[in-house]
Amino acid sequence: MNNLKLEAEGDRTIRMTRSFNAARTAVFDAWTKPELLRRWLLGPGEHWSMPICDVDLRVGGTYRFVWRNGLDGTEMGLSGKYLEVAPPSRIVATESFDESWYPGSAVVETALTEKDGITTLTQRITYNSAAARDGVLRSPMEGGVRVSYDRLEELLTRKVL
Amino acid sequence: MELIGYKRSDSMLDAAFAALADPTRRALLSRLAKGEATVNELAEPFAISQPAISKHLKVLERAGLISRGRDAQRRPARAEMESILQLDDWLKQYRKAWEANFHRLDSLLGEITAISKGEAK
Repeated sequence: MNNLKLEAEGDRTIRMTRSFNAARTAVFDAWTKPELLRRWLLGPGEHWSMPICDVDLRVGGTYRFVWRNGLDGTEMGLSGKYLEVAPPSRIVATESFDESWYPGSAVVETALTEKDGITTLTQRITYNSAAARDGVLRSPMEGGVRVSYDRLEELLTRKVL
Repeated sequence: MELIGYKRSDSMLDAAFAALADPTRRALLSRLAKGEATVNELAEPFAISQPAISKHLKVLERAGLISRGRDAQRRPARAEMESILQLDDWLKQYRKAWEANFHRLDSLLGEITAISKGEAK
C-alpha cells in the first residue's frame, strides 16, 4: 500500500499518514518491539543497521535508537521519553537527536486506527515553535529540512512552481 | 529518524530552508515563480513597505532562491528555479527514506499476519 502522505498542519506540525494491510495490533507491535523495529526502521538503502534499540514502553519510560551506516561507520542516535502509551491505538513521546540542531525536543504523536482489516497510521511531529525557528536559522541541513519541508510542500501544492 | 542516511551538508541548502520558514518570503517566492518583478511591484499586493520587501528579498537572494537584475533602477527579482528544484529533490529523498521503511514494514506485517493466522487455526 504505497499511500504515504506528508502534510503541514499549522505552523509547527508535520503530519504523516500511511495505511497498512494488517491488524492494528500487528502494526503496534512492529512499531514498539525492538526485534521488529530493527527489521524495518532503517532508512533508505540496505546499508543501515540498528545496533542499539532499547524500548521501555510505559509512561515515563525512555527509548534509545542508534543507527550505524555499514559503508562508512557513521552513527546516529535518537532518544526520547514516553508521555502516553495506550496499546494498540496511541503513543505520545518526545524525540531528540544526539546531534541536536534545535533546543529542546519535538513531540511525536502516533495514532493507529483499524477499519476493514486496514490499519491507518497518523503521526504528528510538533516542534516547540521558538526552538524550531531558532533551530532552522542556525541548524545544519537536517534540522532545516525537518522543520521546513512542510513549507516547501505547501509552496509546491499551490502549483506555482 | 527519517533523516537517517542524510548527513548535514551545504550551508546554501540550509539557508534556503531557513528562508522558506517565513510566510511572507514563501509568498514572495510563489509570486516570483510566475515571473520577475520589481520591489515596487511586489510591495503593492503584499501591503508591506518597500524596505521590508527589500529585506526579505535579500534573505531569498543569499539563500540562492532568487537573483536580482543588473538594471540599477529596477533590479527586478526572479526565482532561481534550479535552486528550488534542488530543495524539491531533497524532499523527495526524505520521502524516499520513509517509503523504504514502510516497504520493509509491509513485508514484516505480512509475516506477522501469516503467523497469527496459522496460530488461530
